[in-house]
Amino acid sequence: MMKNPYIPYRVNIIDTWFETPGDRCIKTFKVTFADEKVWETWSHRPGQCAMVGMPGVGESMFCISSSPTEKEYLRFSIMRVGKVTQAMHTLEQGESFYIRGPYGNAFPVDDWKGKDIVTVGGGIGQAPLRPVIQYIRDNRGDFGDLKLIYGARTSADHCFKDEFAEINQKGDCACHLSVDVEEEDWPHYVGFVPALLMDVAPSPDNTIAVTCGPPVMIGFVLKNLMELGFAPTQIYTTLENRMKCAIGKCGRCNVGNLYVCKDGPVFRYDQIKDVAESTA
Amino acid sequence: MAEKILIKERLGDALGELSKFRLLAPTKSDEVVLFKQIDDPAEAYLDYLNSTVPPKRVVFPQTETLFKFRAGEPDLEEKDPSEGETVIWGLRPCDARAMAIVEKLFNWDYEDPYYLKRREETTLVGLACSSIPSVNCFCTSVGGHPFGTEGLDVLLTDLGDKYLVEVVSDKGAKVAEALSGLLADAAGADKEAAAKLSTEAEKGISRTIGTEGLQEKLLNLWENPLWKKVSAACLGCGVCTYLCPTCHCFDIQDEVEEDEGRRARMWDSCMFCEYTLHGSGHNPRPTRRERTRNRINHKYSYFPSKFGDIACVGCARCINLCPVNIDILDILQQVVEA
Repeated sequence: MMKNPYIPYRVNIIDTWFETPGDRCIKTFKVTFADEKVWETWSHRPGQCAMVGMPGVGESMFCISSSPTEKEYLRFSIMRVGKVTQAMHTLEQGESFYIRGPYGNAFPVDDWKGKDIVTVGGGIGQAPLRPVIQYIRDNRGDFGDLKLIYGARTSADHCFKDEFAEINQKGDCACHLSVDVEEEDWPHYVGFVPALLMDVAPSPDNTIAVTCGPPVMIGFVLKNLMELGFAPTQIYTTLENRMKCAIGKCGRCNVGNLYVCKDGPVFRYDQIKDVAESTA
Repeated sequence: MAEKILIKERLGDALGELSKFRLLAPTKSDEVVLFKQIDDPAEAYLDYLNSTVPPKRVVFPQTETLFKFRAGEPDLEEKDPSEGETVIWGLRPCDARAMAIVEKLFNWDYEDPYYLKRREETTLVGLACSSIPSVNCFCTSVGGHPFGTEGLDVLLTDLGDKYLVEVVSDKGAKVAEALSGLLADAAGADKEAAAKLSTEAEKGISRTIGTEGLQEKLLNLWENPLWKKVSAACLGCGVCTYLCPTCHCFDIQDEVEEDEGRRARMWDSCMFCEYTLHGSGHNPRPTRRERTRNRINHKYSYFPSKFGDIACVGCARCINLCPVNIDILDILQQVVEA
């Protein structure tokens, strides 16, 4: 019998921590499949997603924030926003939830070998960029220069703070961090991410730019990347929409004739530039 | 297989023979015609234009369980989607064609086990639209025909005191075999009579729309004021999508009662505001203007660009049943003229 795509796998939480505080706090879960045999068939690529949820509550689509080079666990970083995420945030180490996937396309990282990479992230938008960065760090010799540009409202709102510190220390890449408004003892840039991008001003030569974050930020980042001389074919981003099935059946996640769940979530800018609904 | 004849007097016997299958036929209750499982052949109501509710609900129920779960138990209990060998008797060619179109989506890359299992075990015995079709029918504009066989396994044509029986698939042959004792060979005159009815039915369709170029044109009308105009009266009730034979959108919800629960899917509608509402509160289709535009674009542009067919079979239910008389052909006419 064919595999039923609606039946999720149970995963056990092997570690969990808060990335950020506040009403819309972000919690990261490191999980492994309850049934170890699932690992034999599971394979995901940076940028792909999974339906994450709990029976009795529901499920929602999240990016897998770990790279396939991180073996034996998956990571999800989830902001507390609605019904499913509130329930998820009550879960602790040793408890379980359910996932199905992996879904959607991925960042074509293997096509980027030999190129310089710049990632431009804002807020929780760093979650889909994390597997790209980690993949490059784990295959460091295959890629050129890596620049990481990231900002959030305040320093407390930064995801993956410890990792940025570690990346800086190891010298794997240059981390350019920002906060939206001035705060005491902040040694880095103050201002919005699109402005930080112009401050760093990466060269478009043999470079791929990847950007994820709030739609407003993405809009200005795209504009600024074009100003820096990047062609739309050098820019990748992700789209998101409400989803129920994640496999192209339930209808709602389309932008124009593209289903975000199957044709996305990763799009090269030239693929969506003229799709009116992609900025809705 | 050569065409056969079923004498109408033996219709009851024929339906009786088919009772070894799960047999559904159109039934009438007050003014509503819908497909139901029948125990008595007399329940079948075949003197109808089209059912109020399309037979899509036989293969795509309004609500269905995907799996069940129990508090404290980690294992999920997958629901077997099988309903057993099923025959739908007397559905209209447009509704069968709708299933053939929607099946492409349910097969797209990921096979949907629930839909496809029931589609596979269901045999469609169609009833050609040999009387003059309803005033709003427009199947011939969107690739269909009152005598079309796409999606069907058997086509029946009402010839007054008898039916011409045309088997169009292997599944249909199985049904014909079950009825073999009741069928006689059709005469040349029977086939000629059916052909004449087919031509007359086609001529009887009075409403048409030119669909050529619509797929591209719709994309260029994104900000056109027509969307505001054609959606102004919309109540957002969703009847146009619930009762559309090609509308396939669904929601997935979990239901819990005491320590038992189920994850179920149920029909949803792109005309509802919650349909695209993000967790953040943002809604990419905030008003009926965007939702109406999406409904029309999905049917006439997005779906054809992916699957080759217009996701509309011209059954006209959305026109006939809209409480505020929104007419998809009027909308399309405005698109053509824009």
